[in-house]
Amino acid sequence: MDLLLLLEQTLNGLTLGVMLFLLAAGLTLIFGVMDVINLAHGSLYMAGAFASATVVARTGSFALGVLSGIAVGAMFALLLEVALMRRLYAREHLDQVLATFAVILIANETVKIVFGPQPIFARTPVELSDTVEVLPGVPFPAYRLAIIAVGLIAGLFLWWLIGRTRLGMVIRAGTTHRSLVQALGVNIEVLFALVFAIGGALAGLAGAMAGPILAVQVGMGEQILILAFVVVVIGGLGSVRGAFVAALLVGLTDTLSRALLPVLIRDLLPPVAADQVAANLGSVAVYLAMAVVLAFKPRGLFPAHG
Amino acid sequence: MAKAALLASAGARLELALALAGLALLLAAPVLLALLKADYLLPTVTRMVAYGLAAAALDLVLGYGGLVSFGHGAFLGIGAYVAGALLHHAAHGTPILSWPVAVPGSMEVTLILPAAATVSGLLAFCIGAISLRTRGVYFIMITLAFAQTVYFLVLAIPEYGGTDGLMLPRGWDVAGMRVAADAPRFWFALLLLVLFVAAMRRAMESRYGLALRGARQNERRLKALGYPVFSIRLLAFTVSGAATGVAGALLADLALFVSPDLLSWQRSGELIIMVVLGGQGTLIGPVVGAFVLLALEEELSAVTEHWMLVLGPILLLCVLLFRRGLWGQVSRAA
Repeated sequence: MDLLLLLEQTLNGLTLGVMLFLLAAGLTLIFGVMDVINLAHGSLYMAGAFASATVVARTGSFALGVLSGIAVGAMFALLLEVALMRRLYAREHLDQVLATFAVILIANETVKIVFGPQPIFARTPVELSDTVEVLPGVPFPAYRLAIIAVGLIAGLFLWWLIGRTRLGMVIRAGTTHRSLVQALGVNIEVLFALVFAIGGALAGLAGAMAGPILAVQVGMGEQILILAFVVVVIGGLGSVRGAFVAALLVGLTDTLSRALLPVLIRDLLPPVAADQVAANLGSVAVYLAMAVVLAFKPRGLFPAHG
Repeated sequence: MAKAALLASAGARLELALALAGLALLLAAPVLLALLKADYLLPTVTRMVAYGLAAAALDLVLGYGGLVSFGHGAFLGIGAYVAGALLHHAAHGTPILSWPVAVPGSMEVTLILPAAATVSGLLAFCIGAISLRTRGVYFIMITLAFAQTVYFLVLAIPEYGGTDGLMLPRGWDVAGMRVAADAPRFWFALLLLVLFVAAMRRAMESRYGLALRGARQNERRLKALGYPVFSIRLLAFTVSGAATGVAGALLADLALFVSPDLLSWQRSGELIIMVVLGGQGTLIGPVVGAFVLLALEEELSAVTEHWMLVLGPILLLCVLLFRRGLWGQVSRAA
């Protein structure tokens, strides 16, 4: 394993990491503020990806595609909040799991009817289709660098929104002292809807950005959703900062273990078997990391609820 | 007070009567189906019985314990893979393990089922020992994560087919004799289900069961009374995992195929749906839920390819409106 390959894989890991962060940030806010578990968050991501791929195919403008991804994610989230989630805030987690599981079924089947079961093509924008030499001799796709940049910008924006604005202050207060915030006269219904919309917008953005590098297809949301949950849990429910750290950790662990394991066990097993074993053991690394974190810190790395 | 007790016992009597009627119907199912010239449905009903066992097992944790395990697919799948591996190696004459001790395959059900129960029970004990340290959403997520771990670990074993699953050359033997017909296979599964439900209904009325249910309602009070809440829950989780593994073994023998799908998180979700749909905390309800969900899937997928679009809203309505589940509605109607 040479260092250049390691660097390339590290950048790939960061790409996955920031995508996970975009999803996990919304999830963790929704968890933290409303104490709701939303399995359908992956469907928002899928909606964003399909909306953006369609718009890009029609108009040819990538920027327009990303914007529509964000808009569709936010609107879908609002719809979900007003029509369903509102009724589930007071319920047990079990009911929330089931209801949002049902939403996944409905969303996946609807997309399958409209777009068909095959993956649809999402174009990489022309300006970003080249590679950039991040170091002499290490070419890296410009588009993936753009994803990392977008993720970091979104992270900065969230840090500003949550740490520096009045809305953010209310959200933070909501994660720690919900009933007190309500008693102080904050319109909690509007706040909840807003948090959901922010989460939806971030998920839509993630979907739009993911389109060109991953397959835009039915079920794409669930694959990444479970990883996003792992991120949220490792980071600590309700903590955006925790989600950021954990997302990079999970992204790097996943990518690096998949890249390094085949090299490590290639000497032990026949090549075909080695690839199968390595690909699957690589996936295990993330979940093991989570189990280890939770075994020692049952409330995650940065618990928001003190 | 006396009236309430009377009402409760009337409900319990109706529940018992209905359960016995259902059981009688099930016992006669092979004969009835043969009369209706629908023998081909018997494996489907056997599958429902196996899933009923898994759902009832999950009910111990979910309904009585109040712990939302999103990882029971792992136990279902491991039970199936243990049975599958034993049969696979017995058919090929290869050992499962050659080191540190040689373990041969086996065709014998009296060995396969205890093996499936032991391995999945042990797995449940280990997963439970870590997961039960957490609460609420964390518990849901950590059980899901462990199930995913098991899923990928099993896929990593080239011998057992990876994503293609494991085809079995033949089913198991009972006392050295091959089970050739569908009916005995069905009655055997039904026997296991009835034994499990009856035993667990008793256990849940015992001191232990009351403690498990008490911990759901007020953990702190139970602890203050000196009950070892963690151990009580761990025992329920282990028994539940073991029984779910037996259900998985039944499914493997029935289909002569072990699909990695059994280990998937969607399967864990379906098991939860069965429990809630039927009525949690009743043991019989989840069995009803399993029958209803599988029948719905079967019927809807025959009508339309997009059956999930029908199942989804049905599920939503059930969650929003019928919180006690089907069986809960029945026993309340009395």
